[in-house]
Amino acid sequence: MLARDSLLAGILRNPQKLGGLSLSQWDILIPQARRAGLVARLAWLAEAQGLSVSGRPGEYLEGARIVANRQNQAVRFEVDRIQAAFEGSDIPVVLLKGAAYVMSELPCSLGRTFSDIDLLVPAAHLATAEKILNFHGWAGGHHTPYDHRYYRKWMHEIPPLQHIRRMTVIDLHHAILPLTARIKSQPELLFAKAIALDGYPNLYVLAPTDMLLHSATHLFTEGEYNHSLRDLADLDALLRLFPARESGFWAELEERAAELNLTRPLYYALRYCNAILDTPVPAGPWKTWGPALPAFMDAMFGRALAPQHASCADTWSEMGRWLLYVRGHWLRMPLHLLIPHLFYKAFLAERNEEASKKENGA
Amino acid sequence: MLLSQLTPADLHDRLREGGLRLRMGEFTVNLRTGLPSVMDGISLMYGNFPLGEENGFADFHVTVASPGGLRRWLRPQVLFSHDGHIPFKPLPVQHGYALLEWGLNWCISSHCHQYLTIHAGVIERNGHAAILPAPPGSGKSTLCAALVQRGWRLLSDELALVSRRSGLLMPIARPVNLKNQSIDIIRAFEPGAVIGEPATETSKGTVAHLRAPDNSVRRAHEPAPPAWVIFPRYEAGASPRLVTMPKGEAFMQLADSAFNYSALGEEGFRVLADTIDRCECFSFAYSRLDDAVETFSRLAPPTSAAS
Repeated sequence: MLARDSLLAGILRNPQKLGGLSLSQWDILIPQARRAGLVARLAWLAEAQGLSVSGRPGEYLEGARIVANRQNQAVRFEVDRIQAAFEGSDIPVVLLKGAAYVMSELPCSLGRTFSDIDLLVPAAHLATAEKILNFHGWAGGHHTPYDHRYYRKWMHEIPPLQHIRRMTVIDLHHAILPLTARIKSQPELLFAKAIALDGYPNLYVLAPTDMLLHSATHLFTEGEYNHSLRDLADLDALLRLFPARESGFWAELEERAAELNLTRPLYYALRYCNAILDTPVPAGPWKTWGPALPAFMDAMFGRALAPQHASCADTWSEMGRWLLYVRGHWLRMPLHLLIPHLFYKAFLAERNEEASKKENGA
Repeated sequence: MLLSQLTPADLHDRLREGGLRLRMGEFTVNLRTGLPSVMDGISLMYGNFPLGEENGFADFHVTVASPGGLRRWLRPQVLFSHDGHIPFKPLPVQHGYALLEWGLNWCISSHCHQYLTIHAGVIERNGHAAILPAPPGSGKSTLCAALVQRGWRLLSDELALVSRRSGLLMPIARPVNLKNQSIDIIRAFEPGAVIGEPATETSKGTVAHLRAPDNSVRRAHEPAPPAWVIFPRYEAGASPRLVTMPKGEAFMQLADSAFNYSALGEEGFRVLADTIDRCECFSFAYSRLDDAVETFSRLAPPTSAAS
């Protein structure tokens, strides 16, 4: 499997190896890590192993570590501002993914970089939550009427909101899967088990099982695999931490996956974490939740989960990614919606964006 | 070994196959291209640069290539990629060399957090460096180009790299990017200057590159301590005016020109404050390059220099 055989995956499995790399190995590892968004993670792994990396590669690790620490701090600041915005309202706001890792001080938040903050609110409160964020400076960007319709009618989130002064971006969700998706999962169940964040009256994070299932669903249904190895490493960290913290975690995880209708994403998460990063995973019912053509899916994910770099690609890598991109759309909406949508994206989107920008005087 | 010591055939083979490794100050860049115009540009502009080690670490692996597809027959294009990542939209093939230079600037400004990276020219004389930050159109590159033809050493015309560890400015001595009228102004100012083929109708107008002086390239591994921060401004018909700028104001303007000031957080503040501390800060308005050369030759190093 290409992903397993990549130098970067080897280092993630065995960070002690960071101590003995030659310059020509670093010449491959740094580009792989840049593509996967894992340079700062390498810095943190080296530090945790008590290793100091010298020379140019060491300078890149150190620089990435400083930037990641700063982003960590910035996420805390934004979360503080989000709490201030919702203060006094009765809307529960669940932090998802990166922001949740940081605020719960999980190990996968160390050396992690961020592009935006993901929030989940109950669908009934979506309009009010959007108004509250607007009022506190997070405004919608330039989106065409088509984009608005796409997001609001079909998706599980509204168009991204960007803060007018700090330029930080919030993705506001009301579900974890598109409304039109083939898999249906009830977001109400997630709120019922969400865990209050100490010191932030309106804010929550998902329960451990749900946090894992959400991250797995995100990675294995979206269709974009730019930072896939980083996302897999996040899952690996969660799968090592939670069972050690809570006995009975595995059984609870499988039960919850069935309840939330997310058994397939969980299957992929457990299978590929174990196959690529040697994550310890016990046998259980999850083994029967696989797809019809496991070898075919292995061929695609085995490529798409590798860093997107020439050193770990073959003739089929691009094709594999493309098929998964198509699969992402296929899972996202039924064909009678998907075909017109892809047609629009391929032939009309750019022209309409230009026109809409002109109209907005941008 | 210098790039100019390779035979043209060897140079072209390296650029086409595994890549040509060039040393640019502390950086090693692995370059690949099959486009003749880009090869010519590299051989003209980087002839005086040393080659990097074949089996060592390269800071950046970059490729300038045609995207292929049907379009190549109608309106051929060129793409820049870094580690397989394509940060910009394709450009017409005639802009290939300029795209390589912009791409390298992008690589450095978005990945090199071992430095505080400021959008500014840097030149040095007698062991003291001047940082020339300025928005595009202020004449910073023209000024840099002129001064390095008159005894100043070029560290960079676009990127001031302040080492976080030492506070020193790190040279790269890459070619100077000249735009529009500046190209003829520098040709007239120094007829011996080596200027590459201009690319017309780019998003920045006509651009051409000036080869860095041999002496600057030879000394590209020697960092320099910052002594002055000078905000230049071209003003038609103006007589030269060098005016002291309050340090607070210089700090804020320099922070605005830095690419990674906020990404570095507290560390960015510390490095920038140290830099401003050791420098005298000025604004400088000028219209004639000879006046500028004269004014710069009279700059005295800071007396209270905390070094």
